[in-house]
Amino acid sequence: MRGMDYVVKRTVFALVTVFVAITLNFILFRALPGNAVTGLRCGHCTKQFRESIVKQYGLDKSKWQQYVIYIERLAHGDLGTSTSDNRPVWDDIKQPLVNTMPMVIAGTVFSIVVGIISGVVAAWRRGTAADSANLWTALAFYAMPTQWIGLLVIFYIAIPLGLPASGISSNTLGILSTPSEWSVLSDRFSHMFLPALTLGVGLYGEYSLVVRSSMLETLGEDYVLTARAKGLRNWVIVWRHALRNAMLPLVTLIALSLGSIVAGAIVVEDVFSYPGIGLATIQAIDQRDYPVLQGIFLILTLSVILANFIADLVYFKLDPRVTT
Amino acid sequence: MSELIQLVDAPVPEEETKRRGIVREVLLGQRVAMIGLGILIFFTFVAIFAPWLEPYSTTQQVGPVYAPPSAQHLLGLDDGGIDMLSEVIAGARVSMLVGFSAAAVAMVLGGSIGLLSGYFGNKTDIVLMRITDYFLVIPDVPLMIVAAAVFGRSLVNIILIIGLIYWTSTARLIRAQVKSVRERVYVKRARALGGGHSRLVWKHITPQVAPLLVANTVLTIAIAIFAETYISFLGLGDPSTISWGRLIQNSLTGGAVFHKAWWAIIPPGLCVTIVILAATMMGQAMEDALNPRLRVGHLSVRRFRLRPLRGRLDSE
Repeated sequence: MRGMDYVVKRTVFALVTVFVAITLNFILFRALPGNAVTGLRCGHCTKQFRESIVKQYGLDKSKWQQYVIYIERLAHGDLGTSTSDNRPVWDDIKQPLVNTMPMVIAGTVFSIVVGIISGVVAAWRRGTAADSANLWTALAFYAMPTQWIGLLVIFYIAIPLGLPASGISSNTLGILSTPSEWSVLSDRFSHMFLPALTLGVGLYGEYSLVVRSSMLETLGEDYVLTARAKGLRNWVIVWRHALRNAMLPLVTLIALSLGSIVAGAIVVEDVFSYPGIGLATIQAIDQRDYPVLQGIFLILTLSVILANFIADLVYFKLDPRVTT
Repeated sequence: MSELIQLVDAPVPEEETKRRGIVREVLLGQRVAMIGLGILIFFTFVAIFAPWLEPYSTTQQVGPVYAPPSAQHLLGLDDGGIDMLSEVIAGARVSMLVGFSAAAVAMVLGGSIGLLSGYFGNKTDIVLMRITDYFLVIPDVPLMIVAAAVFGRSLVNIILIIGLIYWTSTARLIRAQVKSVRERVYVKRARALGGGHSRLVWKHITPQVAPLLVANTVLTIAIAIFAETYISFLGLGDPSTISWGRLIQNSLTGGAVFHKAWWAIIPPGLCVTIVILAATMMGQAMEDALNPRLRVGHLSVRRFRLRPLRGRLDSE
């Protein structure tokens, strides 16, 4: 039952991490000098108004009480109220989250697919010009700041080809007549294409290099030699025998790079004015809307923890030998 | 007693020189690592002498907005009519400063946590490594954004924030190395002879892990410069300084794309890319020379790192 032990261990770790993240979130925003009120753009409001706000946010209570209240509210799904538009934080960030998801997923899937294919080809054709060309391209894209790739994409792809490079849908769509579902969908897709491409290009380099070195290792294994001795075709050896085992490090890497995926998504949305969670973050920063910023940070952290947890389980499924 | 300790100490310098030899051999032997070192030295030089190298002022308009490159202005002018070349040179100063200082903060913090954790083991190790694990899972850039937004936009804050976030991989690496050094015979003997904790750590263990720590710090420089571009791009940079990240942001907000001003877009990003490549190549070559275990693919998958290195079949 060591397997169950592993699952239990990872679950406990994920839960404790969630708790740590919540606490960190509280400390960063509440326990430090400079609270939501001093951050409020309220240079000339009256003392009474200040006090009422202090009361409204519960800042007059002790830190410990505030912490307990914060956790209680979170348990009820209450992320607080935005200071810029007085709406519940969750309402403010729900739509951006929904917008972000397909873009990030498309970009990540793109980077994984390109990373695997280029990595496998490079490993199979090791030492050739194709290998070193892939190595340097992957390295270069890895080293480029994502927002810069985005600017280059707008400059060299979007403008010459006339592809949409800003927003999530055309302003003109639906003015003259109710658009068909198909045209709405294709409009959405065309607006999502370049941000997802940018994100994918920024991420694939790391995956490609890891797949390559991991493939090189498995290609040297005895079972690959056996497969070759059996006279199997090259692609069967690569895809069925070698790649499956070479995928393990990639799973770990994807889990570890979730942070960079989130980071990439934030700046990509800024470059393309894509109304997702990244743009919401930037608006919250500009408006000093701490409750919204706090909510976004919590949501992003929780999704990364959750995805990490899933990766742990996937890894266990792929390789039952892991027990720690 | 002191004589005995002297005797025990004796092998250390010898091993140390051997290690330095490996580092030198790798750096000289690997062309890529040498090129990386050269690039880093070049940009450090530019950063140090920036005020004397800038051909024009970075605060005064010297020509029309988005004037294309010319003999007087090699990289053209930006959205405020300021000489781009001067701005890129000035940006090198801030970006390299952030890179080096934040990496130093991460080195001290990660190094000490790794040393303590690896040396004392047991409960200290468990507690410290748990903390490290939590920091590894929490996404770095959102944390950085929140911290920068809460603490305010100054250069010192940015350096501290980046340094306080990217110490985790250093801590893990150093911990593993310390654990293995601690079990070596000469350390055990020194302990048996009554060497105290501080003597063991400073005299026997630190010199053994220091080269690896330096190699890892070179890698952290790349990460720190990368992180700085994020912070500046999101408008959380120090508003009074020019950095490469800020220049990239300027080219977006200034509408360089629509003025077809490639000279305002390409140079800052290219500088970041080159420096990050240089630091990555050099740091990895050093790390791999010092810790051959890292060459093995499945042991080497670490955060935000990559190793385009030789697999087993490369040597065929």
